[in-house]
Amino acid sequence: MTEPVPVIIIIEDEPTIRRFVRMSLEAEGCQVFEADSIKRGLIEAGTRKPDMVVLDLGLPDGNGVDFIQDLRSWSDIPIIVLSARTAEADKVEALDAGADDYLTKPFGAAELLARVRAQLRHRARATGVEQSVLEFGKLRVDFSRRLVEREGKPLHLTPIEYRLLSYLAANADSVLTHHQLLKNVWGPVHAEDSHYVRVYMAHLRKKIEDDPSQPKHILTEAGVGYRFVI
Amino acid sequence: MVTQRPDPDKLISRLKELETRATRGKLKIFFGASAGVGKTYAMLSAARQQLQLRPDTVIGVVETHGRKETEALVEGLERLPLKEVAYRDKVLKEFDIDGALARKPALILMDELAHSNVQGSRHPKRWQDVEELLSSGIDVYSTVNVQHLETLNDIVGGITGIRVWETVPDHVFDSADEVVLVDLPPDELLQRLKDGKVYLAHQAERAVQNFFRKGNLIALRELALRRTADRVDSQMIQYRRDKSVAPVWQTRESLLACIGPGDGSDRIIRKVARLASKLDVPWHVIYVETPELRHLADNRRLSILKNLRMAQESGAETGSLSGSDAVETIIQYARDHNLAKVVVGRDHARALRPWQQSFATRIGKMAPDLDVIEIAREEGPREHHHADPTDDSLLDLLKAPWQSFAMSAIFCAIATLISLPLFNLFDLPNIAMMFLLAVVLSAVRYGLGPAVVASFLNVAAFDFFFVPPRFSFAVSDVQYLLTFGVMLVVGLITAKLTSGLKFQARVSSRREQRVRALYEMSRDLSGALMPEQIAEISQRFALASFGARTAIYLADDDNHLDNPIDIPGGVTDIDSGICQWAFDHGVEAGNGTDTLPGSPLLYIPLRAPMRTRGVLVLEPNHPRRLMAPEQRRLLDTFARLIAISLERIHYVTVAQTTTVQMESERLRNSLLSAISHDLRTPLSALVGLTDSLFLANPPPTEQQAEIASSMRDEVLRMNSQVNNLLDMARLQAGAVKLNRQWQPLEEVVGSALKVMGSALGNHSVSVRLPEDLPLLEFDAVLMERVLANLLDNAAKYTPTGSSIEIGAAADSGDTIAIWVEDNGPGLPAGREEEIFKKFERGQKESATPGVGLGLAICRAIVEAHGGTIHAENREGGGARFIFNLPRGKPPIIEVGEDDVIQENVRS
Repeated sequence: MTEPVPVIIIIEDEPTIRRFVRMSLEAEGCQVFEADSIKRGLIEAGTRKPDMVVLDLGLPDGNGVDFIQDLRSWSDIPIIVLSARTAEADKVEALDAGADDYLTKPFGAAELLARVRAQLRHRARATGVEQSVLEFGKLRVDFSRRLVEREGKPLHLTPIEYRLLSYLAANADSVLTHHQLLKNVWGPVHAEDSHYVRVYMAHLRKKIEDDPSQPKHILTEAGVGYRFVI
Repeated sequence: MVTQRPDPDKLISRLKELETRATRGKLKIFFGASAGVGKTYAMLSAARQQLQLRPDTVIGVVETHGRKETEALVEGLERLPLKEVAYRDKVLKEFDIDGALARKPALILMDELAHSNVQGSRHPKRWQDVEELLSSGIDVYSTVNVQHLETLNDIVGGITGIRVWETVPDHVFDSADEVVLVDLPPDELLQRLKDGKVYLAHQAERAVQNFFRKGNLIALRELALRRTADRVDSQMIQYRRDKSVAPVWQTRESLLACIGPGDGSDRIIRKVARLASKLDVPWHVIYVETPELRHLADNRRLSILKNLRMAQESGAETGSLSGSDAVETIIQYARDHNLAKVVVGRDHARALRPWQQSFATRIGKMAPDLDVIEIAREEGPREHHHADPTDDSLLDLLKAPWQSFAMSAIFCAIATLISLPLFNLFDLPNIAMMFLLAVVLSAVRYGLGPAVVASFLNVAAFDFFFVPPRFSFAVSDVQYLLTFGVMLVVGLITAKLTSGLKFQARVSSRREQRVRALYEMSRDLSGALMPEQIAEISQRFALASFGARTAIYLADDDNHLDNPIDIPGGVTDIDSGICQWAFDHGVEAGNGTDTLPGSPLLYIPLRAPMRTRGVLVLEPNHPRRLMAPEQRRLLDTFARLIAISLERIHYVTVAQTTTVQMESERLRNSLLSAISHDLRTPLSALVGLTDSLFLANPPPTEQQAEIASSMRDEVLRMNSQVNNLLDMARLQAGAVKLNRQWQPLEEVVGSALKVMGSALGNHSVSVRLPEDLPLLEFDAVLMERVLANLLDNAAKYTPTGSSIEIGAAADSGDTIAIWVEDNGPGLPAGREEEIFKKFERGQKESATPGVGLGLAICRAIVEAHGGTIHAENREGGGARFIFNLPRGKPPIIEVGEDDVIQENVRS
């Protein structure tokens, strides 16, 4: 049985970048549709049944965030946003609105494909059977028994640390903002205290990373949030 | 039930008092019953005892009167030089307040607190000098005799028969931090006097003898002891209040003293002051100016002002109100200020007509809820100066220009001429009517004096020409005496009524003028847009209303007054020292005030709601005219209006500058983002396009792939240069807003290492961060850039295989030091500072790429965080870049909740 070909929509007003993204993705075996505006992009998204959207944030007919909100109201397909450097606030806004990952311009084909693959893989996992055991690095997390082991020995996590880890694991490969983490792990009351996240993240890193200052799993996206990599 | 809660207002005022006390100097008073008890000696001894503890003690003024024991004590203490003041072709020595303030000793000795300074000194009284010394934080020792206390002054005068004119307000005495009673039994004092040990200046022999009678001395001693006891008593009360032992809610007990234009006012004020201090309640003194009181002579009004000022100095709140009925106004005031006891002076028994009620009775009738206290009158010769409070001297009232008298004579002549032909037609009483008319007309037109003259002339003419026997002054019929009488009385009454009406009219028209002038000025000021315009308007207004020339000084941001606003015809000869003093203290100075009253100019600080804006200087042509209460009020309003206008202009300027700044910032930002967009888009496209070469079908040859890969690297390098240039432009333009968050340093070190990734591939990087490093507040993106730049530098300028270390440590101070060090060749010696400059590179000519912006960016970012950055060579070789970030106050993380849950789970 042949795997279905992933359908990806690229919304970008710069034709050269659009062409390059299309070439890269088609070489990967995806089917790509192009759009140069939000309006066009929404039409494509509504008609092509895409598996993913690659979206530039600066479009001539509006803010990419509006597109994300619109799309999120009826679909949960992965969205990767493209944005300029020094625009961390825009990235955070897009991620909070529901985007899954971002790429900073200029980016190469390798980076783009790595992100796209990760998102497609994540989506495949999410739609498949819920995993009850997750193994990465030296760790083994048994979600059904709420047990965490490191090199075979039980690892002691506080309830918040455990909640944090399971939320990260459930959203592996996506970028999570401080706001999202606070809302989902601590609850909506703490939505402004971003230093909570940072402090607990540091605790968690100490427990699961070999070298917390050069982490392998819980990566910091400066000014934006965290990315959990298995 | 009396509430047990301390009065919050009192507590607050007490706290404020403590606060000002903390910065204020301390006043210690050596208090004695009379001259010769040894106050100066005691003060000097105390200062000498303190000398070990406080070596910075100086003598401001001490009179030893050449006595050996006292002289001996002065030896070895530093003496401030006295200032020489020229006064009436003599040169007098006087205390030099500026010298003392400049010297700023810890403790200064100031003998004779009640002393009056020579004219031309800054303050008229020494106690005012002392106040200024205290407020600048200098401790003061001083001496006072009981007779010099303001409220005891008349009592002592009553006992000894000698009144002294040099007095100290009681509040100065009461607010002293310590009072030491210097006591000497009367017999010993008399003995000392006999031995010539008491120096008495400028006193007649006889007066001295009168003063130093044993009876007097005993009475004075008792007064001094009792006053000291009162003070100790109030200290006790204060102590109990501080400890809130017995809180008292006393505002309803406050006293309201009403003074009139009569002589007893100073007495009323003294008595109320004593009463208030005994009851420990606040007190108010008011003067109600009724329409009749408005035409008092100027010197009388001045004495009222003087009394009010004395009350204010003694600690009262004072007010000069105007109202048509004194009783109503007083009651209104008492109600508004929640004062339950009204103190009035007793009316003259003989001044009251049988149908009149005394002032106190009227208050009692109109406001039965108020307590009324009547103060006894002082019987004595001093009362006779002014028989009736409302009368100016009789001669003054009769005064009129000679033309008026001539005109009334002419009226008389006309009446005679008209009446002569009518003599045969009319009866004599009707002829008299003609003359009466003449009298009334003179009274209406020319006032009292001419009316009186007219009455006499007309009666004389009537008598001479018409009353038989005609053409003689003899009167055959006694009934015509009645005619004379009536004519005189009618003339007087008419004149009095008319003059009253005219006075009222004049007063109203003056008031109207003032209001119109104020109205016009505020209208003009509202249109003013420049300080020069305000200065010009105030000049115009002051000239018209006060006959004064003005100058306005504006304060700059450092509270420094520079030059006056330049306007034609302004005041010259301004003493900028007084000007600055008035500004700093927020108090009027110069002519007619407490500070340098001898100066010809008046300096008024311009107080606006936000701050004092500057000083208004007035040079009045008739300084005395400014002393009248209405003029003072007008002047105050005038100064206020100017101050508010200046403030308004100030904020207009601030708003304009802000708008311009915002506009230029917006422009800069949009320009920067447009440039960055236009530069980056093609770079992004280039990167993508070179990458897509690899995806082409057929795939590129090995050579082509290599070229494409180099192209890609060059584009990426160009991209990073563009980023550096744009970042530098952004940082320099101040367009970067820091997004500071509390976070662990470890996080940003991790992300910086990840960003550098492959560039560090050939170096071994180690991270050494202490476990207990506190959270730091910084912008993660920018800090990542600092670390990335430093790492990049270390990687670029060290040979392959070198080791790089990132470390951090909490300094002893309030900063955290973070460093990046390597074991490479190190920095070129002596250029450790220059490498942080823009476009400076460690090695001028080298193959290592870069334009030398990396470190400049690091510096800009670290400094934006309030930190510092520098570079040094390590002792064992290699370079080290260190930056410090302020520690700040990290938020407290409540981990408790989480742990508690954990405990529960475990158990």
